[in-house]
Amino acid sequence: MNPVTPRLGEIWVYLSASPLLGLTLTLLAYQAAFWLHKRCNGHPAANPVLLSVLALVAILWATGTPYATYFEGAQFVHFLLGPATVALAIPLYAQLARLKRLALPLLATLVAGSITAAVSAVAVAAAFGGSTLTQLSLAPKSVTTPIAMGIAERIGGLPSLTAVLVIITGILGAIGARYVYRLLAVKDETVRGFALGLASHGIGTARAFQESEQAGAFAALAMGLNGLATALLVPLLLPVLAR
Amino acid sequence: MLAAITLLLVYQLAGEVIAQVFALPVPGPVIGMGLLFGTLAVRGAVSDELRGTANGLLQHLSLLFVPAGTGVMLHFNRLADEWLALLASLLVSTALTIAVSALLMRALMARGGADEGRES
Repeated sequence: MNPVTPRLGEIWVYLSASPLLGLTLTLLAYQAAFWLHKRCNGHPAANPVLLSVLALVAILWATGTPYATYFEGAQFVHFLLGPATVALAIPLYAQLARLKRLALPLLATLVAGSITAAVSAVAVAAAFGGSTLTQLSLAPKSVTTPIAMGIAERIGGLPSLTAVLVIITGILGAIGARYVYRLLAVKDETVRGFALGLASHGIGTARAFQESEQAGAFAALAMGLNGLATALLVPLLLPVLAR
Repeated sequence: MLAAITLLLVYQLAGEVIAQVFALPVPGPVIGMGLLFGTLAVRGAVSDELRGTANGLLQHLSLLFVPAGTGVMLHFNRLADEWLALLASLLVSTALTIAVSALLMRALMARGGADEGRES
């Protein structure tokens, strides 16, 4: 027998037990996805999150690696979501003057958008025969992953399913917002950013930053505010949502 | 860079502690963002170091969602069973939320006549 094969097998056993592989794979997949995204002239459909996730799922599935093993390495990237969320205060601060002027429109939009996101998600799922667990997991889908998971847990949804639905919502918003804006002739960067951040949290925010600094800052604001608003509103809306 | 990262972590930690102590439904990092925003608004300036570190972290914000997104593989069964309800819900709700928010905000801003750069 070829003596190289068992050696490779041993190396694989060693590597798959260490967090190095999951971490490195995440970074490699993302950089390849980002390269492809740029090659497509930044087209929203070539979304880096979507491409990375597809590549990683394919690799993990092909090698029979459980998600938990992968996450032991990927958690180091996942952890950075916390400090990155805090860091959103800085672009937000750069928009302070505009923020003060727009406080009232922003607040009204926030409440209306937050309720629309939760109620429409649950109502449409119910209309198409989704289970109660699925409906409850969908309610917080427009807010950033850590908040959404917390809300799902509180209202009796499935936090890990919510995390996935949140990511898909983010990707859909990042890809689809430009078509909605074109249809409605929305051109103001402030409005484009705020609505996208409200509906599609951090992934929408990342997309808005590619459009302009101003759109990105308002998307970050909407994401933060909608995290708060949804955390407060969804538990209150629960009697209406879960029927 | 080290000082800026430490600062971000301190604010996150403060946010987590506040969320725990007051049993708030809002996660710590979001409270940390609010605290840092408040601090900057009071101080009236951002150091170059903090701005540089924040930009570096936010430049590849998308990367940070990849590990959670890969968790989709845990839910293939449910996704296969309920794909129509999920897809319809996510598509309709996301588009509707963007449309409602954009239209309302544009209308309110036009009424206030507040901002520059709006289409006529």
